[in-house]
Amino acid sequence: MSKSEFIYTIYIKTTPEKLWDALTNVEFMKQYWFGTHCESDWRAGSSWRLVFADGQTADAGEIVESVAPKRLAIRWRNEWNPELKEEGYSLCVFDIEPTDSAVKLTVTHSLDKEGSKLIEAVSGGWPQVLSNIKSLLETGQVVLAQHVDCREKA
Amino acid sequence: MATNEDNVFKALADGSRRALLDRLRVCNGLTLNELCEGHEMTRQAVTKHLAVLEAADLVVTKWRGREKLHYLNPVPINEIYTRWIGKFERGRLQALDNLKEALEEDRHE
Repeated sequence: MSKSEFIYTIYIKTTPEKLWDALTNVEFMKQYWFGTHCESDWRAGSSWRLVFADGQTADAGEIVESVAPKRLAIRWRNEWNPELKEEGYSLCVFDIEPTDSAVKLTVTHSLDKEGSKLIEAVSGGWPQVLSNIKSLLETGQVVLAQHVDCREKA
Repeated sequence: MATNEDNVFKALADGSRRALLDRLRVCNGLTLNELCEGHEMTRQAVTKHLAVLEAADLVVTKWRGREKLHYLNPVPINEIYTRWIGKFERGRLQALDNLKEALEEDRHE
């Protein structure tokens, strides 16, 4: 395998529009992304960054593709950890597909390097973020509410 | 429906299927051939087990040219975790926070 790649899927009882809003709305995001949030105007070519609760940039890059409410692709590089930053840009793609009774969200995060530490680092976080989005959209509450700052573990 | 918890538990209730998930955890994105190499199962058995895992959303697939790649999707297992364990974990984290706060207060006095 020449690249590192993870794929996550989750089915959420909501509409593609509401899910798109959940992925791009700052206030919504702060509730499910453990205190961090993204800053962007979500248009292709625009800058994007993931910000810790204290304002420091966690990750940054740009929006590669933005087709509401179907597909969002972000060119994504770590900014706070030198070892991860050195790996360069990863690609994170959100695909939203309506199914009979729910909406399927697929997150594909990849980097053109075998054994990428960045992809490994985000791999633990995505399932929790997705579970939180699902819970928030379906019940109005997140399942895990605590703020997690990955810098503390480093 | 694919989110069905019953499907997840049924899929996990088999050693061969868990072995396939273990394999994908170590090396994600394998083809059927690559998955067959590591196991003493027939190709038909592996195919059948993968179908069960896919129906439970524990394995997702993606086409790369003519190759079908298999990925471990940990999200359903995470949902089991958050449902039964996450709650206690949160309590434990809170307890640590409280302890830290109490100890630091002592120091300031």
